[in-house]
Amino acid sequence: MTLFVQQLINGLSLGGIYALIALGYTMVYGIIELINFAHGDVYTLGTFFSLAILTLLGVTGIVSGPMLIVVVAVAILGAMLLCGLTGVIIERLAYRRLRNAPKLAPLITAIGMSFILENLMQYWKGPSPIPFPQVIPNPSFAVGAVTVEAKQIMVILLAVVLMMVLQTFVRYSRLGKAMRATAQDKDAAQLMGIDINTTIALTFLIGSALAGAAGFVSGVYYGSTWFFNGFAAGLKAFTAAVLGGIGNIAGAMLGGFLIGLIEAMTTQFIGDQWSNVVVFSVLVLVLIFRPSGLLGESLPNKV
Amino acid sequence: MALLEVTNLVARYGRITALSDVSLTVDEGEVVTLIGANGAGKTTTLRTISGLMRPASGTIRFDGRDITRVAPNEIVRAGIGHSPEGRRVFPRMTVRENLELGAYTRRAKDEIAADIERVLTIFPRLRERYAQKAGTMSGGEQQMLAIGRALMSRPRLLLLDEPSLGLSPKLVQTIFEVIRDISARGTTILLIEQNARQALAVASRGYVLEVGRIAHQGAAADLTASEVVRAAYLGGGA
Ligand SMILES: Nc1ncnc2c1ncn2[C@@H]1O[C@H](COP(=O)(O)OP(=O)(O)OP(=O)(O)O)[C@@H](O)[C@H]1O
Ligand SMILES: [Mg+2]
Repeated sequence: MTLFVQQLINGLSLGGIYALIALGYTMVYGIIELINFAHGDVYTLGTFFSLAILTLLGVTGIVSGPMLIVVVAVAILGAMLLCGLTGVIIERLAYRRLRNAPKLAPLITAIGMSFILENLMQYWKGPSPIPFPQVIPNPSFAVGAVTVEAKQIMVILLAVVLMMVLQTFVRYSRLGKAMRATAQDKDAAQLMGIDINTTIALTFLIGSALAGAAGFVSGVYYGSTWFFNGFAAGLKAFTAAVLGGIGNIAGAMLGGFLIGLIEAMTTQFIGDQWSNVVVFSVLVLVLIFRPSGLLGESLPNKV
Repeated sequence: MALLEVTNLVARYGRITALSDVSLTVDEGEVVTLIGANGAGKTTTLRTISGLMRPASGTIRFDGRDITRVAPNEIVRAGIGHSPEGRRVFPRMTVRENLELGAYTRRAKDEIAADIERVLTIFPRLRERYAQKAGTMSGGEQQMLAIGRALMSRPRLLLLDEPSLGLSPKLVQTIFEVIRDISARGTTILLIEQNARQALAVASRGYVLEVGRIAHQGAAADLTASEVVRAAYLGGGA
């Protein structure tokens, strides 16, 4: 029982990172039906950018007091901004001109973008793992025999809060409605007066910024990163998005937490080497019974 | 000066020429109909006017301004509303959200609310379905929503692409009454219809499109009486 609760907490914090990344996959897929393979690398880039910002601020270890808030805020917001811009640039340079091309063209381009980002990061920081400073004091709380670390709570809270902000934005704001309209029918959206280029760029901005936030969190959480980090994490996060129902924001969140939980539980109770097998088996099973994912809607897209 | 002036329009889908020479005008306050067989290029003409398609050549002027290569989102702001072929309502949004999106170019909240009220008065069915997702509504209800949504931008010119397609005879009557009503309130209308007889009955003038070019044009009454048009589009007798 103790082990189970312990893995529940581990799984949820791991899942929080997947969830943040999954939001970007699901938003981009929702609006232009593209599996943005470069998204996992934008997440790694988030860790790299955070590291660069911390280095600029001269932070190499634990920060405490009010400075902690400043440092964390600057690093997170900086990484979000830089990743957001990276996403916008990728869309503008690589994907936009392929919007009316056969589906395979942007897909291959996305894989190419992924390689480019990975190689740039390898060039920047080398091929080996890079240590990430422990910025946050990390007291742990013993609840019975279960240990909860402060950074675990941080990951879960950040993921949930960002998702709620995003959900509110998409549901109620003018631009959020424009995003949904563009996702559902681009021609009709334009007939409403919506500039779909701006709307799609905004989607990349937000999705990539969330990956940037995940990048910072993952640096703090794991204490290290490397240029290839986004490959596996990206694949899991994409799986999370599909599991939850691609295109669906709450679904990406749910999928992310579920994948994190499944991974933690498998590692504990079955064995580390089985975690990918179980994750993808669950995906296949869910898709057999619910092809549109757990929360995916099956209304027709086009009339 | 005509409100809408289309001159020598040519439009292609890749190597397929959909419009080889289309010229037409619509004056302020008029209802003009564009009729023609399947594949004649009616929808292409409207899509080119509202900027969804770039013409290969030709010009489109609206209220004196050249809008030939203007982006569709700007053309709505210029005053052209378009209820497209196949309705194209946002399926996963409610009736309310669809109507609000129709007013995307406008800011004044109270005026928008008043216009939604007006649309709901024209189409009482939409009031009953107000919180329902548009994709779950019947074809006729979606058609009403598409027309109502196009009205929400307060267009000076309304483009209607086959608003009566697939509707029951009773609903077709309703739609034509609504078209008359919208026109009576001062909106200029360019109407595409398969239902040529009814279209010519509400319109003052008409154009007949044949494989990408205007083959006949004239006063609605003259077209209705014309032998050629009768034979090809009005199903012969009566
Ligand atoms: N997306 C497209 N790609 C290629 N050809 C197209 C496309 N859309 C239309 N066409 C062709 O252009 C021509 C004109 O089509 P359009 O849809 O404008 O006709 P229409 O008069 O509206 O017909 P209908 O009464 O069936 O709606 C047709 O020959 C059609 O096959
Ligand atoms: Mg048509």
